[in-house]
Amino acid sequence: MTEPLLRVEHLAVGFPSKAGVVQAVTDVSFDVMPGETLAVVGESGSGKSVTALTVMRLHPKATRISGSIMFQGRDLLALGDDDMRAIRGNDVAMIFQDPMTALNPVFSVGSQIVESIRIHQQVTKQAAWERAVDLLALVGVPEPKRRAAQYPHEYSGGMRQRAMIAMAIANEPKLLIADEPTTALDVTVQAQVMEVLHEVQQATGSAMMLITHDLGLVAGTADRVQVMYASRLVETGGVDDIFYRSRNPYTRALLDSIPDLHATTDRLEPIPGNPPSLLRPPSGCPFRPRCQMAIDTCATAVPELVMVGEGHASRCHRTADITLNAEVTS
Amino acid sequence: MSTPVLEVRNLVTEFPIRAGVLRREVGRVQAVSDVSFDLMPVETLGVVGESGCGKTTLGRSLLRLIEPTSGSVRIGDVEITTADRKSMTRVRSQLQMVFQDPYASLNPRIPVRDIIAEPMRIHGVAKDEAAERVADLLRRVGLLPEHGNRYPHEFSGGQRQRIGIARSLALRPRIIILDEPVSALDVSIQAQVLNLLDEIQDEFQLSYVFIAHDLSVVRHTSDRVAVMYLGKIVEIGVRDEIYDAPAHPYTHSLLSAVPVADPRRERSRQRIILQGDVPSPANPPAGCRFHTRCPIAQERCRTEAPELRTVVGGQQVACHFPLEPGQTLVDIASR
Repeated sequence: MTEPLLRVEHLAVGFPSKAGVVQAVTDVSFDVMPGETLAVVGESGSGKSVTALTVMRLHPKATRISGSIMFQGRDLLALGDDDMRAIRGNDVAMIFQDPMTALNPVFSVGSQIVESIRIHQQVTKQAAWERAVDLLALVGVPEPKRRAAQYPHEYSGGMRQRAMIAMAIANEPKLLIADEPTTALDVTVQAQVMEVLHEVQQATGSAMMLITHDLGLVAGTADRVQVMYASRLVETGGVDDIFYRSRNPYTRALLDSIPDLHATTDRLEPIPGNPPSLLRPPSGCPFRPRCQMAIDTCATAVPELVMVGEGHASRCHRTADITLNAEVTS
Repeated sequence: MSTPVLEVRNLVTEFPIRAGVLRREVGRVQAVSDVSFDLMPVETLGVVGESGCGKTTLGRSLLRLIEPTSGSVRIGDVEITTADRKSMTRVRSQLQMVFQDPYASLNPRIPVRDIIAEPMRIHGVAKDEAAERVADLLRRVGLLPEHGNRYPHEFSGGQRQRIGIARSLALRPRIIILDEPVSALDVSIQAQVLNLLDEIQDEFQLSYVFIAHDLSVVRHTSDRVAVMYLGKIVEIGVRDEIYDAPAHPYTHSLLSAVPVADPRRERSRQRIILQGDVPSPANPPAGCRFHTRCPIAQERCRTEAPELRTVVGGQQVACHFPLEPGQTLVDIASR
């Protein structure tokens, strides 16, 4: 049995505010295996990005964190800042949604890649520059020699995203965390960037945690999926488990609410209401106020995440009532 | 045959490019380039395209929120592009707009009641009647009349978009331009707002110009669809013609690039990955504007700009070598 690359256990993240603690992540546990792509899906405020930032230890100072984040046997939450810096950008690297905020506007793209190489590897500037040019070529930047000397503003949105991917993979990380990597891009450019990420993964064998709200992107790239709602994991399983055999009312409602590109639909099935406040979550199951299947128990007890199949778990009191083709109604 | 509620002919909107300390004009960007279409009563025309294709500028030019450079926009017997202030005010009561960002398009300092009543105040609707209509409108869009006393920040994104829709309905318009009305919203909330737009369209007999980049959303909402690339309509036709048998290589590759929430389909799909980025609209390619990225471009495409013409499937396409129904780019490119 292979060891997981990343094992997150009982992670909880809270942000103190004047009005109280905003609980952004509640009791989240998951593994990422070497080489696999795990998608973390959810709507805004579900806790998916905070989970990713916490793994990178990029959360704000005043954050309240408990649980453990084991990466290759070391607890990232217990590491000193220097040890964490040695891992960040080296073994674990991150790709952000907005490359303009992640790239420094006053240095050339090439020199920024050189910097990220030389922080972690003892190589000459010349060798690192050559490697930077190779990396830009790998992610599909045309004329990489000339483009390496250019500045981020001289790149288009798609090219910047490629440059950031080049920087992230410079040290061949074992785990890439991509937080909405293509959300700011047009659909034809998104297809190019996802293709690049796929090729990079094939070439380096790195695992990827893909944080996204786009279920289409998930369907095309993920091996496994975990769905988050109001700070908790509500369902986790293989990509086909989630899309074809979901045992969770929220996942099902989310899938039902998206319009179909390949068929003409009359009426959409929205999820009624709004996501709950993380400051004052409702009692019991957080999805209860919007759930078509809710029963009395749902108002009093938060359901546990229980196994419903091989590698497939759902958090719902009525999991047993949701069979393969059942209509999700009460 | 009914008459169109909106007729757009050869519409061009240009922006000056300024440079240097004197901000002298050094060139022009044609954001909307010779666009023509009709909008029929109670019809939704979807306008899709990637960023920079001119879809937002087109929407704003129709209302003269941006002044068009040339061409004609007619609503009834009023020519909007040359209308004076007074007739423009009258026209705007028939032609309204809902914006993308529900956070930026509502004044944070005034209560929702006044936001919705403002167009009525400008158009001289009596106060009592306006107050009554505000309450009705709030109810109609799924809010409560007492919500009128609150300020925009007290509402979620989806609720704010409902407020924007209520405001657009205040003057009983015939046409609403919807510019990315759901793209700032979460998926579960998007469907709520799309259904609301659908209901009020029937109820108030509205025509929509629905501008969006999300092709699945546009398929769901539109009767006809116009695909734009670098300022031009490259394909326009009935929804299912465009989606089931796209004839323009750009439409085809755009549709093939959209990831869908169906893993089996994703695994078996043949995706056409376009090379490169959209060229700068300040310096569009000669000939067909798409030829630099088109997988089946030929010599003629580099020199001669194609006109829109009707093809086998029924839609109009601006391409020298349109695809036939059932044909895919992969077939042609691998030939």
